[in-house]
Amino acid sequence: MSKPVIATTSLAGCFGCHMSLLDIDERILKLIELVEFNKSPIDDIKTFTKAVDIGLIEGGCCNSENVEVLKSFRKNCKILVSVGECAIMGGLPALRNGIPIEECLHEAYIGGPTVQLNTEGVMPNDDELPMLLDRVYPCHEIVKIDYFLPGCPPRADLIWEAVVALVTGDPLKLPYEVVKFD
Amino acid sequence: MSNLIKFKIDGTECMAESGKYIVEAAADNGIFIPTLCNMKGVKPKGACRVCTVRINGRLMTSCTTPVTDGMEIESHSEEIEELRKSIVELLFVSGNHFCPACEKSGNCELQALAYLYQMMVPRFPYEFPLKAVDAHSPKIIKDQNRCIFCKRCIKTIKDEEGRSYFAFRNRGHKLEVVLDEEMGNKMDDETAILAMNNCPVGSILFKEKGFDVPIGKRKYDHKPIGSEIKL
Repeated sequence: MSKPVIATTSLAGCFGCHMSLLDIDERILKLIELVEFNKSPIDDIKTFTKAVDIGLIEGGCCNSENVEVLKSFRKNCKILVSVGECAIMGGLPALRNGIPIEECLHEAYIGGPTVQLNTEGVMPNDDELPMLLDRVYPCHEIVKIDYFLPGCPPRADLIWEAVVALVTGDPLKLPYEVVKFD
Repeated sequence: MSNLIKFKIDGTECMAESGKYIVEAAADNGIFIPTLCNMKGVKPKGACRVCTVRINGRLMTSCTTPVTDGMEIESHSEEIEELRKSIVELLFVSGNHFCPACEKSGNCELQALAYLYQMMVPRFPYEFPLKAVDAHSPKIIKDQNRCIFCKRCIKTIKDEEGRSYFAFRNRGHKLEVVLDEEMGNKMDDETAILAMNNCPVGSILFKEKGFDVPIGKRKYDHKPIGSEIKL
């Protein structure tokens, strides 16, 4: 039987959750024995090349590209897992929720105290750039998400235990110390 | 000791002084009933409903209900715990609780309850209400994003004449807890720190302080809320 396949992505995240996944230390050797990676920043496979069993999503949806990637994950993965606070509730990027986009862009590119070089007051507006959404959306508001792993980042032990539980079908152990929101 | 009475919590025989509130009577018997708005020594108000129990088939707040002789209380059944968990979830979605960026994270009672109930994600949609941060006081930051309207600060933070530093403003969905501008300007460090500590969440912060206890050494990092009560 072939190994279960995992795909991962970072949407509006900081890659901290991927760092936490790498933080499983020597268990990473076991992980490679246990599963095969497909589309993921870890192996740099850019597009899905086969059906995937488990998709790990880091980050919420702040722009049209995030939505597109998330939808392609839903289409190609049997199980989707929201990994980390940003995927679950938008996280720090969602601090902008409630503030009009124009105000955010103005602060970032024109009026902000650290803006120095943009003397002509240009705001990025190229067709190639993904459109910003009106606010940052938790992943489960865009597609169906099957499981949630909270934390900023989720503890390496939590990610490891969850992946192993999903792959082996064993019940997930959830000691008090692994479920944390920061 | 003549006024000792017997009652039961989830079938466990308990004893307490007559007239004690159920939350306290339970704690005396080593049984933890979660609370958010309640504070020992302060008149209870039953605002948050997290301490809900079932007595005689009716749901009641155990912080405001005195225990009586022969009372049978249902507290840790699946249904009651699920109800408490849903209240915690509702509190999380109705405010802006960004735990990773909060100074109170690790010491927050709302977060600790979410840990206790292993809330992986709230079942309700996030509201992302637009709320302000009031930092005009020289000592205190009042972050409205995190306020859960427990009224603890209003009830406990008072000057020598008994006037509250904090008060409710507006009603309904516009309700907020505000710091009196004039009194806030005169607030001393001790009162400000007490206000921060009495706030169950991170809505009241002492200025120029925060993140001084590392992750792993904070109040709820290793032990769930209520573990000091459990026998």
